[in-house]
Amino acid sequence: MLAEKYADRIEKIFSKYPDKRSGIMDLLYLAQEEYGWLSEDTLREVAALCDVDPTQAHSIAGFYTMFSEKPKGTYWLQVCTDLPCALRGADQFYQELCAYLDVDDGGTTSDGLFTVEQVMCLAACDKAPMLQCNFHYYENLDMDIIKGLIEQWRAQAQQEAAE
Amino acid sequence: MEHILLRDLDIPDIWQFDTYMANGGYDGLKKAVADHTPDEVIQIVMDSNLRGRGGAGFPTGRKWSFIPKDAEIKYVTVNADESEPGTFKDRQLLEKNPHQVLEGSLITAYAIQATAVYIYCRGEFWDLAHELEVRIEEARAANLLGENILGTDWSCDVHIHLGAGAYICGEESALLNSLQGLLGQPRVRPPFPAQHGGGLYYQPTVVNNVETLANVPWILLNGAEAYRSIGTPESPGPKIFCMSGHVEKPGNYELPLGITFRELIYEHAGGIPNGKELKAILPSGASGPVLVATDEVLDSPLTYESVEALGSTLGSASFILMDEDTDMVWAAAKMNHFFKHESCGKCTPCREGTFWLDRVYERLLRGEGTARDLTILENVPRQMQGVTLCALGDFAANPVLSTVTQFRAEYERYIQSPEPAAASNMPDAAR
Repeated sequence: MLAEKYADRIEKIFSKYPDKRSGIMDLLYLAQEEYGWLSEDTLREVAALCDVDPTQAHSIAGFYTMFSEKPKGTYWLQVCTDLPCALRGADQFYQELCAYLDVDDGGTTSDGLFTVEQVMCLAACDKAPMLQCNFHYYENLDMDIIKGLIEQWRAQAQQEAAE
Repeated sequence: MEHILLRDLDIPDIWQFDTYMANGGYDGLKKAVADHTPDEVIQIVMDSNLRGRGGAGFPTGRKWSFIPKDAEIKYVTVNADESEPGTFKDRQLLEKNPHQVLEGSLITAYAIQATAVYIYCRGEFWDLAHELEVRIEEARAANLLGENILGTDWSCDVHIHLGAGAYICGEESALLNSLQGLLGQPRVRPPFPAQHGGGLYYQPTVVNNVETLANVPWILLNGAEAYRSIGTPESPGPKIFCMSGHVEKPGNYELPLGITFRELIYEHAGGIPNGKELKAILPSGASGPVLVATDEVLDSPLTYESVEALGSTLGSASFILMDEDTDMVWAAAKMNHFFKHESCGKCTPCREGTFWLDRVYERLLRGEGTARDLTILENVPRQMQGVTLCALGDFAANPVLSTVTQFRAEYERYIQSPEPAAASNMPDAAR
């Protein structure tokens, strides 16, 4: 349970605000970090911590793109394909990336390692094509660079599985 | 000229506390606290005529002056939810010159005697926000924030709140709701954030953009008159221009307001790649009307007033450039798709309008458009203007209307089939 395992972090989150309810987004991040995604049970757990109805936790989780109510791949790749990035080849980059990983738009690879999605503007328009992988930015990409990164991530996942 | 905002271009490690301090860091805050009453600070910023850099261009000092003096609890909220397509200036400021933003926030907090500052960072600024927490602790250790700041009886803490991926939270009342753990949707106004009942936790609150606040320390140190000597009388000061799309040297450029489009695009940002002609300019990201790149436009000065006179808006000065080969129907479809995704769903005209416009664009791009679709593209956005709680309805209307009217021939090329016979029998409201 989050309350026992992360008592200090949770206390620190609540100490920022005069109202516990304000901590809900930080707690959803914490829960997602712990469980990988936000299940019904997890949302109930977070709601109870913040003294809100589980329905409220649901609506918050569904409103934002960085919360996921479904399991994602180990590496969650979100490629910006908005206009400024698309003018610098992001659409083509995205299609080639999907083809390389053999997934459809928004899909997850059969080994469960990679989920590939399109995402709205990430404030990195001058460094397109770019993507966010598990919330970290990778910029000025092309297929050669991303293939190298994918190899690194695969090796990293293998190593973690072996440990 | 030395940069006032993007100081990392002159001093690469200005992000470090010691370097910032060695280069006049927090002197603006020290001067404010030692030499001026809070009201005097508000007056100095009013005299500087600094205008909000988040997009609306509202005079910053006036915004501060609306905070009721009798309120016991007051807040400063820093809008770092930078999400407008084509905008990436606040990110550079927070990454490369973070202490200046903190200093500006603290001067603001002193001016309104705020009890806390909340920095609302978009969730995708994950790495940046965690770095910023370290910067806050550095300032706390030097007694620049926290309890009894600089030995005075004024205490003010600074906290970071992470968003989680919603454009609408850059709208100030939606931002406040999101910070309170409510759904990030706009509030009915009045009361405005500065008023009783309208701000964070319904207490009087100043909400300022990151770039706006980065201007404040310089103004305190150098005075309002010196600030007004940069730029034009109506639009003083330096501005960060974000250059993206078809441009040789994409990136941020800090320049005085009042330079021309041509100077910005060709002299500073290196012009258009591959020897192409510039066709269209979005001066304020996806949310302002597109401008055709005529000589008249290129020779116009970049001020809030002059861009408005051209029929667009300077907004946050996020320039998306499009060359002669750009398909404007495709570009408009992209922008509408963005607004469809980002509409919070609260107001019917915006939620439904962007949804159905997206369907029309999909149909057009598939080559199945009809002449009636053009009528829809002209009518629906007009029904989204001026009727929503926040500006997103108006923003979403802009790329559609401005391309349909100025690039009509490109739309007509997508219309393959004649108007269906049945359409002429439909009531006007359904067209």
